Amino acid sequence: MQISSAVAPAPPSSGLGYGPPTSLASASGSFPNSGLYGSYPQGQASPVSQAQGHPGIQTPQRSAPSQASSFTPPVSGGPRLPSMTGPLLPGQGFGGPSVSQPNHVSSPPPQALPPGTQMTGPLGPPPPMHSLQQPGYQPQQNGSFGSARGPQPNYGSPYPAAPTFGSQPGPPQPLPPKRLDPDAIPSPQLNELPPQQKTRHRIDPDAIPSPIQVIEDDRNNRGTEPFVTGVRGQVPPLVTTNFLVKDQGNASPRYIRCTSYNIPCTSDMAKQAQVPLAAVIKPLATLPPDEASPYVVDHGESGPLRCNRCKAYMCPFMQFIEGGRRFQCCFCSCINDVPPQYFQHLDHTGKRVDAYDRPELSLGSYEFLATVDYCKNNKFPSPPAFIFMIDVSYNAIRTGLVRLLCEELKSLLDFLPRECGAEESAIRVGFVTYNKVLHFYNVKSSLAQPQMMVVSDVADMFVPLLDGFLVNVNESRAVITSLLDQIPEMFADTRETETVFVPVIQAGMEALKAAECAGKLFLFHTSLPIAEAPGKLKNRDDRKLINTDKEKTLFQPQTGAYQTLAKECVAQGCCIDLFLFPNQYVDVATLSVVPQLTGGSVYKYACFQVENDQERFLSDLRRDVQKVVGFDAVMRVRTSTGIRAVDFFGAFYMSNTTDVELAGLDGDKTVTVEFKHDDRLNEESGALLQCALLYTSCAGQRRLRIHNLALNCCTQLADLYRNCETDTLINYMAKFAYRGVLNSPVKAVRDTLITQCAQILACYRKNCASPSSAGQLILPECMKLLPVYLNCVLKSDVLQPGAEVTTDDRAYVRQLVTSMDVAETNVFFYPRLLPLTKSPIESTTEPTAVRASEERLSNGDIYLLENGLNLFLWVGASVQQGVVQSLFSVSSFSQITSGLSVLPVLDNPLSKKVRGLIDSLRAQRSRYMKLIVVKQEDKLEMLFKHFLVEDKSLSGGASYVDFLCHMHKEIRQLLS
Amino acid sequence: MATYLEFIQQNEERDGVRFSWNVWPSSRLEATRMVVPLACLFTPLKERPDLPPVQYEPVLCSRPTCKAVLNPLCQVDYRAKLWACNFCFQRNQFPPAYGGISEVNQPAELMPQFSTIEYMIQRGAQSPLIFLYVVDTCLEEDDLQALKESLQMSLSLLPPDALVGLITFGRMVQVHELSCEGISKSYVFRGTKDLTAKQIQDMLGLTKPAMPMQQARPAQPQEHPFVSSRFLQPVHKIDMNLTDLLGELQRDPWPVTQGKRPLRSTGVALSIAVGLLEGTFPNTGARIMLFTGGPPTQGPGMVVGDELKIPIRSWHDIEKDNARFMKKATKHYEMLANRTAANGHCIDIYACALDQTGLLEMKCCANLTGGYMVMGDSFNTSLFKQTFQRIFTKDFNGDFRMAFGATLDVKTSRELKIAGAIGPCVSLNVKGPCVSENELGVGGTSQWKICGLDLTSTLGIYFEVVNQHNAPIPQGGRGAIQFVTHYQHSSTQRRIRVTTIARNWADAQTQLRHIEAAFDQEAAAVLMARLGVFRAESEEGPDVLRWLDRQLIRLCQKFGQYNKEDPASFRLSDSFSLYPQFMFHLRRSPFLQVFNNSPDESSYYRHHFARQDLTQSLIMIQPILYSYSFHGPPEPVLLDSSSILADKILLMDTFFQIVIYLGETIAQWRKAGYQDMPEYENFKHLLQAPLDDAQEILQARFPMPRYINTEHGGSQARFLLSKVNPSQTHNNLYAWGQC
Repeated sequence: MQISSAVAPAPPSSGLGYGPPTSLASASGSFPNSGLYGSYPQGQASPVSQAQGHPGIQTPQRSAPSQASSFTPPVSGGPRLPSMTGPLLPGQGFGGPSVSQPNHVSSPPPQALPPGTQMTGPLGPPPPMHSLQQPGYQPQQNGSFGSARGPQPNYGSPYPAAPTFGSQPGPPQPLPPKRLDPDAIPSPQLNELPPQQKTRHRIDPDAIPSPIQVIEDDRNNRGTEPFVTGVRGQVPPLVTTNFLVKDQGNASPRYIRCTSYNIPCTSDMAKQAQVPLAAVIKPLATLPPDEASPYVVDHGESGPLRCNRCKAYMCPFMQFIEGGRRFQCCFCSCINDVPPQYFQHLDHTGKRVDAYDRPELSLGSYEFLATVDYCKNNKFPSPPAFIFMIDVSYNAIRTGLVRLLCEELKSLLDFLPRECGAEESAIRVGFVTYNKVLHFYNVKSSLAQPQMMVVSDVADMFVPLLDGFLVNVNESRAVITSLLDQIPEMFADTRETETVFVPVIQAGMEALKAAECAGKLFLFHTSLPIAEAPGKLKNRDDRKLINTDKEKTLFQPQTGAYQTLAKECVAQGCCIDLFLFPNQYVDVATLSVVPQLTGGSVYKYACFQVENDQERFLSDLRRDVQKVVGFDAVMRVRTSTGIRAVDFFGAFYMSNTTDVELAGLDGDKTVTVEFKHDDRLNEESGALLQCALLYTSCAGQRRLRIHNLALNCCTQLADLYRNCETDTLINYMAKFAYRGVLNSPVKAVRDTLITQCAQILACYRKNCASPSSAGQLILPECMKLLPVYLNCVLKSDVLQPGAEVTTDDRAYVRQLVTSMDVAETNVFFYPRLLPLTKSPIESTTEPTAVRASEERLSNGDIYLLENGLNLFLWVGASVQQGVVQSLFSVSSFSQITSGLSVLPVLDNPLSKKVRGLIDSLRAQRSRYMKLIVVKQEDKLEMLFKHFLVEDKSLSGGASYVDFLCHMHKEIRQLLS
Repeated sequence: MATYLEFIQQNEERDGVRFSWNVWPSSRLEATRMVVPLACLFTPLKERPDLPPVQYEPVLCSRPTCKAVLNPLCQVDYRAKLWACNFCFQRNQFPPAYGGISEVNQPAELMPQFSTIEYMIQRGAQSPLIFLYVVDTCLEEDDLQALKESLQMSLSLLPPDALVGLITFGRMVQVHELSCEGISKSYVFRGTKDLTAKQIQDMLGLTKPAMPMQQARPAQPQEHPFVSSRFLQPVHKIDMNLTDLLGELQRDPWPVTQGKRPLRSTGVALSIAVGLLEGTFPNTGARIMLFTGGPPTQGPGMVVGDELKIPIRSWHDIEKDNARFMKKATKHYEMLANRTAANGHCIDIYACALDQTGLLEMKCCANLTGGYMVMGDSFNTSLFKQTFQRIFTKDFNGDFRMAFGATLDVKTSRELKIAGAIGPCVSLNVKGPCVSENELGVGGTSQWKICGLDLTSTLGIYFEVVNQHNAPIPQGGRGAIQFVTHYQHSSTQRRIRVTTIARNWADAQTQLRHIEAAFDQEAAAVLMARLGVFRAESEEGPDVLRWLDRQLIRLCQKFGQYNKEDPASFRLSDSFSLYPQFMFHLRRSPFLQVFNNSPDESSYYRHHFARQDLTQSLIMIQPILYSYSFHGPPEPVLLDSSSILADKILLMDTFFQIVIYLGETIAQWRKAGYQDMPEYENFKHLLQAPLDDAQEILQARFPMPRYINTEHGGSQARFLLSKVNPSQTHNNLYAWGQC
């Protein structure tokens, strides 16, 4: 492992501490170097690079200032290490430089890692995770177990130090650090390096932790057995693993995932570790068909049993005492009387004899039927309503959107969500069209034809009708059909190009208010609302603001009107789903405020064309309309004494510091909650979370959904590091950062993330890892992917936009990420890249992914890349002609249409398999991914390469290797 | 020479004019001593079946300040082809078309029998009539149903090319677009927000030449030059549509909780109607017809809050200054009325409800624009249905009995000046040499605008004699007055009707008898009543009564013959004999007495009083009482309690009510069923006679009166008892020994 020193006499690299093992230097020279990117001269290339006309140097140049923060190439401004000894990666065996190691092998194989220092990792086959995790199981698993495995390319543990990035400043002291504080990283002067030098100091990309490997290992190790939730503090399998959950008292990880399942007992420890304590909660998560949805408990008029003091709901952790006459609250320790009708004797272990008959005493997740006390105005709610609000301005008509939508709605209305078992949906529907005035429709069943009511008073919006606006679909079918037939006709010749926005939502909200129900507005909108009305916007897209202190204004809403409106919507239980079809800047940052705060979704179809985008839009629309939603919801997270929920991330509104108010909540929406200590925790009793969600079901039933989760507490930091979940951590950090850009310059946000990551890892190194040379980078097993994933977050469009990324795109992505769950953030930040022809054609399983790097692409193969939003099919230039023929029905590579979005339906195994795979990928994601076929060396490839996140990005994002080096440097600075 | 009575009648029939004095006192001083001012009741469109309009335009005096129309009173020099204006004495050349004029070849306007003549003007675009229905939907189901039927029925009565529009209101106001197929469109407005005309037109999309939506449809040729508005469409084009639309009209769907009134945005609805017409058809004959079933309860023009526990203002509240919405609402409606009048449109109000509907506040809309005001208990009564239907009745020519956008121009000879007018008109503020400084009624002008008028609409026009005492008018001198009425006939033609009248001057000192004999006490009573009612609108009731009393006393002083200290010696000549009686009943009438009437009722009664012709007005002042008995044909009897006899059937017509009252015995006979016995057929006939007569009145009258059929002791008998002179009451009944 000691890589570096020997190898790298190279002066520069020293800063990083890890020298590359010479042997690894073999890796392709092209790799990290931006030179490759430079080769795209096309329009898409960043303007900067064009301006320079000097491919290959753009990165450093343009980012000279920014680079400092974005550590692409780690550069040494920092203390130079005299020796290039590579750090030891804990858990990573690194059989000497040349030996390729199995997974996390810790330092040189021979040396077993001292227990405790290293990370348990899912290594090779052996001990299944959970067993490892048994509390009290002290001895560390040594990564070296894995050595049994084949010569997998893994993260070679101690990373060869820096060299690679060509960016190394050649001269030892190319630039004096600008600042003296350790964070300062002088900007790299890439171009100063002689090319050959670049290649010399490379880290073998195979030698650094591979996400693919980790995912595969977890799949193999944990995908087979059900995950039983009975035991406190178990780390669940990764989100990428298919597993079955058995609820035995804790909420399924599908509902709650934590950054750590073993949390420090004291706040000091927590501060030291810097590991955020957060839970990612998806209260209404959709379960796979073989897992039962939560039982509904009906306690009659008395309602659910709660602790008198903290109001926590009855749960399996409540302790019954005094023969069952009382119970002690597990959250606040208050002793409560058991009401007579709830009384039950205890058995010899102190458990109620009916514990297994009652979901609330035996399960982690269950529902209570709420009594009238839990309802607004002390009245049981009426069934919710859906209102479709359609932009009929010139743009919407011209693109064919209105016609398409109206046609679709006719059939889609039969699939409104309904309570399971119900004959028909209780949801009522209403229709509004608008341009700069609003048109309401009376579709009462008794009418012979629909009635249109125009409201032009947009300054002071109101709902012009009550009866007949919201109707039952079946009763009014004829009128609705007639309406949907006529809408495209009526506006076919419109010349109105201006639209309003705020009044539209206001109208929908007022309609729900008048009907005294909660509901959802589906808004189909095309343009920046510039008509004279409240919430009028102006085009303020200014790319010059990027990378300045004012950049944050691009993410902030233009006016306060939107927040005010959102607040009113939340009070009414009115959730907004926004479908945008912009041709140009529409100010997503402002328009998405209301959907965001009301728990709704935003869909964006830039330059919508029916031919190209129909499939995607309709599929999203169908899913969005059909998905089960809870309305008018309030979520509260209660915790046992010692920790407290302090911060919340997601699509919702909070009027106080504890209650998360959601006008609507569907199965895709996630709330990330951060906890802080406010007292000491007790190792024995652990820490408990109870998430209670009060909502109105789509049939109008008021319910409480309760999720309970018990966590372990530790006094040893090592326990913390051993029970972490990197995917969840990234989810939290991404949301934290994405919220940060609203208030701080992007650079500061990135710096914060890097610092925090460095602190986490440094703390581990200092407190848990076995003493080793400072030049070694040692990562905790559970967090060995933290750097690669964090790098993906750092170079994402929001935090480091490329030239082609629009302000709207950034705002769009920013708000999407805010309510993503762990699985979504995982694939979003680190896309899946699936080779299509490697595995035998008969195999029915998904092919094993490869790492998202250009180096991994073979030009004789075809790959699918997906990140939950985008789907690419990359075709290598020298792919077999047979393959081309069977997939595209053309005879040669050159005949493949670049940018194709549909594969021809061909009757051959390969075509079927690929199309099947695409369908199954789409089915896994909450949004339809439009396929783009990209040919190697084509100009579209640029787009594709943006998602090869291990590579250096055009916008200046560091490659994985570079970033790892930089991270190492940061850690070393912290340690020294 | 015929009697004055005949003269008066003849004049009325020919010219539609009744003067208080038919011989005029020749000096200012004497005129004022006559007590009753020199004034006339003028019915501009007096129905004249025998008067075919002439197809040319009138010849005007060339003096710019005069412009009087050539008339039979003018001196004509047939040889020189000159005529002298009889008002300003300007000598005018006849226009070339009159080249062939001679003593034997006279144009109609020079013939004495054509003192009233009507000209048809061919110039100018003819614009169709416009009817804009403004319909309250906060009605009971059956009320609304009845109203809908009436409205649907009315479509068939409208002229086929008339433009029709529909605005409905309740909590919101909806302006319905009528030209759409497949889907019915309407523009909706909040009922609480006062919008300016500009805003309304913007929101209705009227400010642009046409909605882009429509513009783009190439298939629609512009059939009619006037169809610039989607909201007003020719009846023949959209009557099916509109019938369906009306059929589907629902009650205002907004829930009305217990103890609340429905929210009714009458003020905004009217404002939008006015704004709509203002923007699309200014200065074209148009009727805004407001149908309302209750008081405006929100927005501008609200009359009462929606809390039922707070009742609508009464006279008592108004006196105590407790009517908190009244002033503001009145101001709102006045503003609307003035705007409407300025545009030449008129507003009808059809208010049907058991409680008040805010007519007090809204009255100016009808009063200033010449619109109708109809008050009933429900739309589901024949009173409303027939009244409404009667609006669309046609005259013998098949023309509607309505006219629009009239201006009445009055010209007088030099000895007279115009003091003012009282009636459904607004001043056009045209000052001129013949305008007096003293105002009676709406004064300070010689021209008035009457936006809506029918064949009986009558104005009281008041004059002042300005001739000084020391400048006597030569014997045989005549004063002349010319009324020039420009109006839009219901056939959409512009027409001008010119009435020129002349009366003799007399020196009151020497010829008082002449003047006395030429007194028209009926006209005088009505004219004085109009003055009184006009005053009552702004003054305290008792003051008006005192004023009336004083006038009566002064009149009696002037014209009565009596010996001092001997009341029994008092005599009035025939031409004055009825006048005190009229005054007596006027004092008791609902026009001056507000007791037992709601403010709405008072406004309603006054509205009609100010526009009806003399005959009807007299009935209003002093109801007519007929007595039916076996002893002969029905005879008019005194409006006195002594006329109520057991064996008589009484028929009283108060204009607003027709009461049939069976005397005690008759009622008993009827109860006993004698009328069904063949041998008492005469009794059956007796019972039937007043019914038939009542029917006749009911058929002719507008608005249709309330029809009351009652008998001795019946609760409805109060309508009769409240009107008769209480010469016999429970106090003096026995003393008179007549029971």
